[in-house]
Amino acid sequence: MKIGIVDYGAGNLRSVRNAFDYLGMKSLIVDSPSQLKELDKLVLPGVGAFGHAVGRMRDAGFFSPVYDWLKEDRPFLGICLGFQMLFDLSDESPDEKGFGFFEGSCRRFRERKVPQIGWNAVQTGGNTLLFDGIPSGEHFYFVHSYYVAAGDGGMVLGRTEYGLSYVSVVGNGHVFGVQFHPEKSGEAGLTLLENWGKKC
Amino acid sequence: MLTVRIIPCLDVEDGRVVKGIRFTDLQEAGDPVDLAADYNEQGADEIVFLDIGASYRRRKTMVDVVNQVSRRVFVPLTAGGGIRSVEDMRILLQSGADKVAVCSAALKRPGLISEGAEVFGSQCLVLSIDAKQHGGSWRVYSHGGRIDTGLDVLEWARQGEKLGAGEILLNSIDADGTREGFDLELTRKVGEILSIPVIASGGAGSLAQIYAAFSQGKADAALLASLFHFKEYTVRDVKTYLKMKGIRVR
Repeated sequence: MKIGIVDYGAGNLRSVRNAFDYLGMKSLIVDSPSQLKELDKLVLPGVGAFGHAVGRMRDAGFFSPVYDWLKEDRPFLGICLGFQMLFDLSDESPDEKGFGFFEGSCRRFRERKVPQIGWNAVQTGGNTLLFDGIPSGEHFYFVHSYYVAAGDGGMVLGRTEYGLSYVSVVGNGHVFGVQFHPEKSGEAGLTLLENWGKKC
Repeated sequence: MLTVRIIPCLDVEDGRVVKGIRFTDLQEAGDPVDLAADYNEQGADEIVFLDIGASYRRRKTMVDVVNQVSRRVFVPLTAGGGIRSVEDMRILLQSGADKVAVCSAALKRPGLISEGAEVFGSQCLVLSIDAKQHGGSWRVYSHGGRIDTGLDVLEWARQGEKLGAGEILLNSIDADGTREGFDLELTRKVGEILSIPVIASGGAGSLAQIYAAFSQGKADAALLASLFHFKEYTVRDVKTYLKMKGIRVR
């Protein structure tokens, strides 16, 4: 099994790679769209601004092949900004659209300190192998200024509270996304990455 | 709900962890990689490494430390001390740090904060402020607490946020190493005027004082060094105490 981590110049890929190494799972950094066809699973990480990241995805030629990957329901994990990009758009950059794979948009936190930085609980419902062995209410590490506002469609697997309740985990078929950083969330995060790599 | 963060701080000099009292009288406290792994086991929410030497040779040691820790420890890592350029930041971030803390160089050239934030994002940029009380206010000190810049701490914190810092690491020079407790008023005042998180640092000698940093100082996180290095308390002890007092912890 080959896991690819998309490198489009927006984010610390090193820590995701380190986590897979630690788990004994083979992964590689993918910096050209032509490499996608050799892969079984794809991680889209990302930090920084929404519009900037979408722009870089386009410039690097990743946007449309990754969109096809999602449409074909191939195994995918979006992390942080890579999760937000699964939705339609973000108030952060009204001119750049995300994949629109799930319905919803990103809005700026207003109630509390921004960015939210730290460990927060994820309330999970339903049955997903992504959270196999991870109880609802477990804490993960979050860093973000915008949150996903979306209806309670079937794709919502987890929610988090920060002044308001927002979507922190989505999944449909083989496509998953998490707002937090599993690669920085200690044991729980490593379990989630292992679940995704082996069971999802 | 978001929990408060307990962050062990390792002052690294030449590859070893040291801890001083009022910024001087350094005592050795161990190997940084082993200590970081230990703290992770105990439930540390993040780990901060401050390079207090910061010559070129020592910088390379710091990069090695961060690199090794990031392969074993999966919580956020911050590296600071002697960072002067975007290139310095890049090297540390690429070797496995998640954030960098800037201090003296940002005072000399505030644009360093905005440049770093633009390239790596605000979430990567921690502005470290060494504060010392002068009458009814606090002044910013640079170069490890040796030089009075004359700048007002509240002004500098506000400017740092505007320039793109994602967090403020607020260290009280008066309290540092004294074990007499955090400067609660300083912590609370800086927190009140900013919308970004504040990490309280300097002076913790007891569990009750750490609790006060959150209940009275309204800190978002507490940075602790000697209390942990000399094994008086574990991270878990601190969290158990805070939880008992009704503070949310992981």
